[in-house]
Amino acid sequence: MRIGTAKENYIADEALFDTNVQRGWMIALIAALIALPFLSGQYAIYLVCLVLINIVSTTGLNILTGFTGLVSLGQAAFMGVGAYIVAIMEIHLGTPFLLNLIVAGFGAALVGIIVGLPSLRVKGLYLAIATIAASVILHFVFANWTSVTGGVSGLSMPPASFFGSELIQPDQVYWMIMPITVIMLFGAANLFRTRIGRAFIAIRDRDISAEVLGIRLLRYKLMSFAISSFYAGVAGGLWAYFFRVITPESFPLLMSIFFLAAIIVGGMGSILGGILGAVFMTMVPEVLKMMVGVLSPIWPDAVAVMSPVRIIVFGALIIFFLIFEPEGLAEIWRKIRRFFHLWPFKT
Amino acid sequence: MDWLFFSEIGLAGIGTGGLYAVAGLAFVLIYKATRVVNMAMGELLMAGAYIFIGFSAGLALPVWISIPLTILATGLLGGVIERTIIRPMLGENAISIFMVTIGLGSVLVGLVEIFWGADPHRLVDFIPSDPIFIGEAYLSPKVGYGFAVAAVIIGLFLVVFRTWRGGVALRATAGDQAAAYSMGINVPKVFSLVWVIAAMIAAIGGILVGSIGGVSPSMGVYGLSVLVVVIIGGLDSLLGALIAGIFVGLIETYAGAYLGGEYKMLATFSLLVLILVVRPYGLFGTHEIERL
Repeated sequence: MRIGTAKENYIADEALFDTNVQRGWMIALIAALIALPFLSGQYAIYLVCLVLINIVSTTGLNILTGFTGLVSLGQAAFMGVGAYIVAIMEIHLGTPFLLNLIVAGFGAALVGIIVGLPSLRVKGLYLAIATIAASVILHFVFANWTSVTGGVSGLSMPPASFFGSELIQPDQVYWMIMPITVIMLFGAANLFRTRIGRAFIAIRDRDISAEVLGIRLLRYKLMSFAISSFYAGVAGGLWAYFFRVITPESFPLLMSIFFLAAIIVGGMGSILGGILGAVFMTMVPEVLKMMVGVLSPIWPDAVAVMSPVRIIVFGALIIFFLIFEPEGLAEIWRKIRRFFHLWPFKT
Repeated sequence: MDWLFFSEIGLAGIGTGGLYAVAGLAFVLIYKATRVVNMAMGELLMAGAYIFIGFSAGLALPVWISIPLTILATGLLGGVIERTIIRPMLGENAISIFMVTIGLGSVLVGLVEIFWGADPHRLVDFIPSDPIFIGEAYLSPKVGYGFAVAAVIIGLFLVVFRTWRGGVALRATAGDQAAAYSMGINVPKVFSLVWVIAAMIAAIGGILVGSIGGVSPSMGVYGLSVLVVVIIGGLDSLLGALIAGIFVGLIETYAGAYLGGEYKMLATFSLLVLILVVRPYGLFGTHEIERL
């Protein structure tokens, strides 16, 4: 228990940040995010952008899987829907990027609702498999609806423009990705202070009980699918602006597994968990790459072993966290915080 | 319509379906006894095929020694997986266990790539290559003999499952774990046994699939088709896996022959969606009733 945080009313109890220290850290974090492009190189910003896009999509999946308890392996396909919508709008209409992203979000949400329709009849693993089917079918559409999606060769699109200046380099696109990520994260965190968010949690904990309490299951499950795919669609749109080339292979089933792994490693049912998971899972391959760079003078085969080791580490992380820390990195973070709150007294 | 072509495709489809049925059998066996949805089934098949390469090409052993050794080694692998990864997850919710098997699949792919590289391999040819004609219809010998072996394996398994003491213990565990425990059946041992047997069946499936189409680390995709098979048949129905295996094999081959290769996955997965909407528990699966 933390010292000195007695809550005197419900509003204080529900607040997103309950102490001034937390608010201070938050301001510091945002200041750091603003200062970042001026301090670091292109590659670092490239990585940060990638992490931010993954955070948006992971948070979306966390709303669906971590908070509503519906497992989905279609997140990457929903991202694909968003990315294609953005690319098509940018190529054919040239509308402003903010509009494109919003349309992408809603388009993906619509697809999400359709995919979520079986969720009233089937749940758990059957639902997961239905979403695999959805992603296979969407992949087929991306690859074969050649007149719209460009088929297997995909689409390449012009960069986003912001008041006449084009966003090409990572440090330019960063100014589009970062604010949107921050806004969407605040949105997700606030969602669970509302009636809808609490209904999601009730459904996760026991859906039949939730129905008895008067929560309409179909409506809220579809809503969860819609919100989650909205996040995926926006993330896909950002992805499209960031890479500017989209092919059907850009959004494989493995990517959906990546997002599911990210929320498991980070912590299901926690916004912080989604963030930590996305950061961790995106950075692990980079750390491995750095290790290969260090090792290759001594051990020339290191580069060849790199790709399989990456796959093994990916799988091993999922297994390790599920067996030893099912609450994920968010729980580890909470433990560390708890330790320092009471330090030097014994916990 | 060309009936000869139609029936040839049908035969090939049944042949493919026989292999799906073998893999589906291993899948259903694990699910029935331990309630684990094994997403690593395709990877287990792949591991079996690569272990066979290790024995037959790596150590240059004759095929008739390599096959039993492969089955034993893969069975051992199955046992190790059960003890180290699945056992600690007992009692966790189904979704966590599902994710653990996805992680397992990824680890298996990585290990295979470290030992054998990412390029596709061909298995040692051991299936006779003289063409088979049923009536006038030609059937590729590999598919034909593969189907024959698959049928024998399935038949053998069903007999063992009915009569052998271990098979009875297995069915008892699948029926009611607590009751089986209190009747003196060593349930944890049955769990290990199930994984060993399923891995052995997967090894045979892997060798057959590998000798028809070659092996590569991306063979795990085969597991997705197996997933379609077991969902259509019903997760806990052996009969369902067999029938749905043949059925999916036929659909896939016909879609591939008449519409084009890219329609294979689309056809099977559309069928899957249809089945999920109409009969969520599959054709022969048990409809579980939820209680508060």
